Amino acid sequence: MKAKIKVTLKKGVLDPQGKAIEGALGHLGFAGVEHVRQGKYFEIDVAETDRSKAMTEVRSMCEKLIANTVIENYDIELA
Amino acid sequence: MKSAVVVFPGINRERDMMLALEAVTGVAPVAVWHTDPQLPKVDLVVVPGGFSYGDYLRCGAIAARSPIMSDIRAKAAKGLKVLGVCNGFQIVAEAGLLPGALVRNAHLHFVCREVKLAVENNSTFFTNRMKKGAVVSCPVAHGEGNYICDEETLKALEGEGRVVFRYTQGTNPNGAMNDIAGIVNKAGNVIGMMPHPENMIEPLHGKTDCRPLFESLLAA
Repeated sequence: MKAKIKVTLKKGVLDPQGKAIEGALGHLGFAGVEHVRQGKYFEIDVAETDRSKAMTEVRSMCEKLIANTVIENYDIELA
Repeated sequence: MKSAVVVFPGINRERDMMLALEAVTGVAPVAVWHTDPQLPKVDLVVVPGGFSYGDYLRCGAIAARSPIMSDIRAKAAKGLKVLGVCNGFQIVAEAGLLPGALVRNAHLHFVCREVKLAVENNSTFFTNRMKKGAVVSCPVAHGEGNYICDEETLKALEGEGRVVFRYTQGTNPNGAMNDIAGIVNKAGNVIGMMPHPENMIEPLHGKTDCRPLFESLLAA
């Protein structure tokens, strides 16, 4: 099974990289850009075939390493 | 006072830290490799600065999950003194030994310069030779030193005197909340700080402002 994981900064956590991208998009003439937040994307292949067991395992991976839950949220999609 | 300095791949300040510890305490620290399952018997373990694992994933994240950190976590829970400096602060925070996180500097730039630190708590194992409110010069060198935590944690840190070092007004190099440069855990045995005191103890460093910090270890 493949787990697709999106990690994003929590609301209120300053994202200077997003701000810089926002600025650069402005320089390129994209006048309609209101806000940019940068995140991370992971693909993890797991051997587990049972959907709910795989979810539990990947969630544990996110809690323990993939995301820092002090500052980040994560979202898992199993495919 | 026996100490150990942990070495991870990509760490680069371990020698400076070892020299500083030996120069002030008179005892050479033991270097411990990150895959070692156990620390030797020591009074203090220092997690030094650098770029462990090239800051992959998040600064300090991979190092925080290395074998030696399990032993450090277990021993810290029993009172072992732990000092994390720069990347070491990021590592001990990622390991859950200190609350909050260190994120990208607000202005996005890597900063390498001298800052002024106010000693806000002089009852810790690393500040007991300092006067409360004393201001020392200390170098910083980091790209991700912007301390952040939730409101409740911030309230606890401030209310319980757990902000040990604060950048003096106008010298905050990274946008850290409340100008926080260093904190201590509730039990008082784990300190993390972004600046590099090990680089301000010899006349050749330009100033010796941070020597009393290391001298504090002798009394602790």
